[in-house]
Amino acid sequence: MNEIIGLFFITIGIIADLIGCLGLVRFPDVYTRLQASTKCVTLGTCGIFFGVFFYYGFTIIGLKALLIIIFVFLTSPVSSHALAKAAYKSGVKMCQQSVCDEYRNYKERIK
Amino acid sequence: MKIRVYRKIFLICLVFLVWIILSGFEIYNVIFGIICSVILILLFGDINIQNEWTFKKPQRYLWFLYYIIIFLYEVIKANIDVAYRILSPNMPIKPGIVKVKTSIKSDAFLTILANSITLTPGTLSVDIDKENGYIYVHWIYVRDVDVEAVTKKIAHKFEKILMKITCK
Amino acid sequence: MKKINYIICLVLIAVFIISNLVIKMDLIIRFVNPMILSIILCLYRIFLGPSPADRAVATDILGLIVVGICGIITVFTKAAFFIDVAIAWALQSFIGNLALAKYLEGKKFDE
Repeated sequence: MNEIIGLFFITIGIIADLIGCLGLVRFPDVYTRLQASTKCVTLGTCGIFFGVFFYYGFTIIGLKALLIIIFVFLTSPVSSHALAKAAYKSGVKMCQQSVCDEYRNYKERIK
Repeated sequence: MKIRVYRKIFLICLVFLVWIILSGFEIYNVIFGIICSVILILLFGDINIQNEWTFKKPQRYLWFLYYIIIFLYEVIKANIDVAYRILSPNMPIKPGIVKVKTSIKSDAFLTILANSITLTPGTLSVDIDKENGYIYVHWIYVRDVDVEAVTKKIAHKFEKILMKITCK
Repeated sequence: MKKINYIICLVLIAVFIISNLVIKMDLIIRFVNPMILSIILCLYRIFLGPSPADRAVATDILGLIVVGICGIITVFTKAAFFIDVAIAWALQSFIGNLALAKYLEGKKFDE
């Protein structure tokens, strides 16, 4: 029974990963690509390792899978945040449909 | 004085648990793990303490559990939202960067708030202006530009709980 | 024109999913195939991305997907050391992305 639940979570994770990578291809500029890919791929990888945890139960491998889940949830937003800030500072423009940009005033004031 | 000792014992147990999970349960691993975790906590144990009395209050851990449940619900909602935007034929996006006001001061809780904003529906935190207390957020479908309304929509539900965890 | 592209992509993905379910093969290959497709989508963005920031985003996502593949292999081959590979890869990918973001920002590394 545990194995079936584990395979179910792994399947959900794989589908989320695939949708995130489709978003990486379809969206028009860097920031929207970051949005799509970060959210979907974080949940996808965590889903896969949650499935591994269910499959093995409370053994050494299952606890290591839990450690990976905590680590990915903590670090993936940090790295996406760093990439977004670096992209803005290196001068990547936002796409044409974008509406407002409050961040530009702050950057000009800091200079 | 006493609270500091309790805190260090708790941290030693935590570090030792991670050591055991990563390296397996054998006799030399256990002995070496105890030595290593004691040395680590004695050296670096009190590197990031701001108010050591909040460690003892039990209700903040309950609030933290409640926060995790709310957070997981928001993450699943965010994934369904983003999947809808990716798979629909004409891509309903209207992106922009907006300002969110926050009243949290401590570094660790600002990090938690920014991470939660990144993983919730349609938002991605770009930069933090710590002196004035603003977070700059990239929003995939801008519904409002005004600071107060944006704060109420994006950050209010997390900030309310985080203020209770800090116990001020 | 955009509508036609969308319909072609939809048909291709449907053909991929159906052939993945129908053709006779091992269970592990059925589970790894969609991950390979998402790696190919990431490589598309790495080769053709207009700006360096796009390539950095795609590299970030590629690291998380490889971690997921390590999890799947752990479940099906019962080889316990693959989860150690996953832990090491997650750590290394996070550090590498932070360094990449610092480089894009155009600052010195010892700040």
